[in-house]
Amino acid sequence: MKLSSQEVEYVAHLARLEITDKEKDKLTAQLNDILLYIDKLNELDTKGVEPMSHAIAVTNAFREDNIVDSIGTEKSLANAPDARGEFFRVPKVID
Amino acid sequence: MDFEAVIGLEVHAQLLTDTKIFCGCSTKFGAAPNSHTCQICLGMPGVLPVLNKKVVEFAMKMALATNCEINKSCSFARKNYFYPDLPKGYQISQYAYPLAEHGYVILDVDGKQKKIGITRIHMEEDAGKLIHDEHNPVSYIDLNRTGVPLIEIVSEPDMRSSEEAADYLKRLHEILVYLEICDGNMEEGSFRCDANVSIRPKGQKEFGTRAELKNMNSFRNVQRALEYEIKRQQYIVENGGTVVQETRLWDDAQGSTTSMRSKEEAHDYRYFPDPDLVPILVDKAWGEKIRKQIPELPLAKRERFVKDYQIPAYDAGVLTADKALADYYEKVVRLCAQPKAASNWVMGDVLRFLNEEKREIKSCPITPVALAEMISLIDEGTISGKMAKDIVEEMYKTGKQPKKIIEEKGLVQITDEGELIKTITSIMEANPNQLTDYRGGKEKLFGFFVGQVMKATQGKANPQLVNELLKKMLTG
Amino acid sequence: MELHQLTIHELQEKIKEGKTSAEQIAESVFQRIDAVEKRVHSYIRLMKDEAMAVADKADKDIKKGDIKALTGIPIALKDIVCTKGISTTCGSHILHNFVPPYDATVVEKLRDAGAVFVGKANMDEFAMGSSTETSYFGPTRNPWDLERIPGGSSGGSATAVAADECIASIGSDTGGSIRQPAALCGIVGLKPTYGRVSRFGLVAFASSLDQIGPFTKDVEDCAIMMNVLAGYDPRESTSVRAEIPDYRQFVGHDIKGWKVGIPKEYFVEGIDPEVNSAIQKTITVLEKSGAKIVEISLPHTQYCLAVYYIIAPAEASSNLARYDGVKYGFRSPDSGDLLDMYKKTRMQGFGAEVKRRIMIGTYALSAGYYDAYYKKASQVRSLIKRDFEEAWKKCDVILTPTTPTPAFKIGEKTDNPLQMYLSDVFTISSNLAGIPGISVPCGFTSDGLPIGVQFLAGHFEEGKLIQIASAYEKNAKIEKRRPKL
Repeated sequence: MKLSSQEVEYVAHLARLEITDKEKDKLTAQLNDILLYIDKLNELDTKGVEPMSHAIAVTNAFREDNIVDSIGTEKSLANAPDARGEFFRVPKVID
Repeated sequence: MDFEAVIGLEVHAQLLTDTKIFCGCSTKFGAAPNSHTCQICLGMPGVLPVLNKKVVEFAMKMALATNCEINKSCSFARKNYFYPDLPKGYQISQYAYPLAEHGYVILDVDGKQKKIGITRIHMEEDAGKLIHDEHNPVSYIDLNRTGVPLIEIVSEPDMRSSEEAADYLKRLHEILVYLEICDGNMEEGSFRCDANVSIRPKGQKEFGTRAELKNMNSFRNVQRALEYEIKRQQYIVENGGTVVQETRLWDDAQGSTTSMRSKEEAHDYRYFPDPDLVPILVDKAWGEKIRKQIPELPLAKRERFVKDYQIPAYDAGVLTADKALADYYEKVVRLCAQPKAASNWVMGDVLRFLNEEKREIKSCPITPVALAEMISLIDEGTISGKMAKDIVEEMYKTGKQPKKIIEEKGLVQITDEGELIKTITSIMEANPNQLTDYRGGKEKLFGFFVGQVMKATQGKANPQLVNELLKKMLTG
Repeated sequence: MELHQLTIHELQEKIKEGKTSAEQIAESVFQRIDAVEKRVHSYIRLMKDEAMAVADKADKDIKKGDIKALTGIPIALKDIVCTKGISTTCGSHILHNFVPPYDATVVEKLRDAGAVFVGKANMDEFAMGSSTETSYFGPTRNPWDLERIPGGSSGGSATAVAADECIASIGSDTGGSIRQPAALCGIVGLKPTYGRVSRFGLVAFASSLDQIGPFTKDVEDCAIMMNVLAGYDPRESTSVRAEIPDYRQFVGHDIKGWKVGIPKEYFVEGIDPEVNSAIQKTITVLEKSGAKIVEISLPHTQYCLAVYYIIAPAEASSNLARYDGVKYGFRSPDSGDLLDMYKKTRMQGFGAEVKRRIMIGTYALSAGYYDAYYKKASQVRSLIKRDFEEAWKKCDVILTPTTPTPAFKIGEKTDNPLQMYLSDVFTISSNLAGIPGISVPCGFTSDGLPIGVQFLAGHFEEGKLIQIASAYEKNAKIEKRRPKL
């Protein structure tokens, strides 16, 4: 069971990555490696085993509803590749 | 063939917390663009979310108020997709483990009660705002709204008509506003609704193909959109076609829904548990603490008003549409013990004055104490109902107490029979022809004499007494 | 001895005795940098002006008698921790011009302790790599042999310490990125328990695995750094409220009666014979120090790689979605509409290794695969964690080589699959289980390349690591060499 070229293209699109045909071949092989990892994991019976999401069990980490100073429009836009006035600017989506 | 519509609604309600769900930026509406932002809600490298406890408590309130089961443990997941108003490239939401499930809301449509199931309520963060430039191929982004807390309320597909859907929305809306966790403003976007609608032949168990409707920004538009869509789907099926599963946008100007027909139709959100957040455990004690904070809800209040105050369901409905109004009404009743009269005055003159000035009951110049006093004065006979109409207007304009106004204007009602007899006698003497005509059978002239008495007493004569006395004296 | 060659505790002595000043120490370090940096390339960005200003203030504080844990001590920061007003690039083109408006918590802590920041250290792009060869700003070279890699992803942080271009530094460790370069560069490196040191301001790679930790010249310095870095941070939801011991109190104590576990699954074919020999010598030293060697088993070791290579890329693919050319960083100049902008920006902004991992991670999470891939891997992760919990019933700490080989040459990746496997396995398991690990120098190869030994302990048992590493350091008497630069 190997990934098709189309599947690789689909994954690249999901990740918003443009890949060349050469890269596509390489990546297809590398993505297929995951399938080997999965085969390895499927050797184990994990029925009833809780998935581990955190190393230490922390729960109920909250903060109070108190306003903390925002950084302001200037600082928010300072790193923007393209800012116009008080806004970030991007090219439009073209359907 | 007889079709029935199957409707489910997804409501997003912005919560009235002071700060955003995962950072301390203000949620206040209408600020300058990108001014209520920080490194966290801007999705800068290295930042981490920390959950606002109040968001959980507000969400719990809504869950309890809609009879949901609050899950002992719930957690957040990442919904991954790319869009310029989504700084992190994912929205923090809840997926497999929502806060609450299996609730319901009771509708009352045309006197019939119906239970609409609520599948789940979960917490998530709002995205920013995208403004499209009309002339150039660019868009502008304001991220103030990113991170504002939302609860998503998903209904079971239990509604069968656009009226039921509209009523369900109204019920949800009033509960949210009563709980003071959302201001329910559809135009400003703090209360949003998407609909899933399909049709099937009556009696069929399987659901038909459904369309998702978006972009309905008022209760009326939700109803109109659903009506249109139901007809559209029916037309398709009746003419041998099949309904396509798609997202359709409501166009208010055209009065129709149009397909989005976007390539991104089937979103692959790659949900997985957010490793930066930890589970929320809600124990019985916390649930109880929140439950105690829930005020009497609209449905229960309406039923109580009808039962305890003996007012019609319609009146109860108007008076409870706004919690502040209901509280105002009850204060008046407590003080004057005249629920029907209080209902008439509040629903009538008070609401009319407020609506003319687009004012809220909160800032009504007539206090419940003043109104109650006025009603008692009518009941005691000190003033007549007609006089009260002028007095109440004066009370609204000046905020003065009724007794003061009566004093200032000398408006005490005349109930002294002797005095009235004197007045009537002089009127009878001054109008001999009318008297003869009346005694001759022109009964209509009774009103003339009433008018004359009122004129002579500047409207202060007690109308019932006047009637009684005139009847006696005119007949002679 | 030059000032830049000393340790934190040695410099603190001199400062307290009035024998040196913060300015002199900083000058010494920057002179050293002038002499060797062109050859080693530890830094992406130097902060000389800021450093001298802080040193100046430090001297004023010292005169007042206000001496904090790191007053006047030059520290390097891996360019993955956000520094307010100073560029933070993560070794990537896509963040080449990003200047954070805020400091990471650890930066605040170090600054509050009086540290003098020397500069932002080079690293593998977005911490993905083990050789620092993937940095957009060029590779870092191992000071012990400039033709060789220093390890990664925290290569620059390690070489800066090894080459005396700073006194201590911090790096980050997701699958071994502190411990492995520490071993290859002959210094001490510690990865704390997950949740021990704040991640706020650490640019995320794999959120459930990432930790920040110190690089130092000896174990006592490591304890000094941990005292400053450790602690609960309300700005991180996964931060743990656990008592912070004074880590320095674990230095200089013996380990009589300690049980040291040797996991049989780690001592297999593929370890370089000189590394093996150094490790055996280490074991002998520990036995002579009164410790008992116990053979243990970590039965799920063979699954570690599969679990790591699903979970880490999956989380990374999501964490790196924010690099889209919209709010900060690089945006492709030759893009058309929005979709084109996204794709070109990310294609041109990310290096090959990063793109590869994003692809793997995106695939692992894509529709239909969550249960079979990510969830399954998370379940096996629980089993790996359990292996360690069982092990602590039999031993106090676990000993392993840090790497199976010494540093290899730049551009030359090993083609021995066993070695590749082991080089990951030794360090990955502790990230998966969330336990702390330390690498300590334990010798040199005949070519003069450093070899490191790793100790692992249970959650929040960094004190045990300090204690055994310190006892070993004292009793092993490894020859103090300096790289010939």
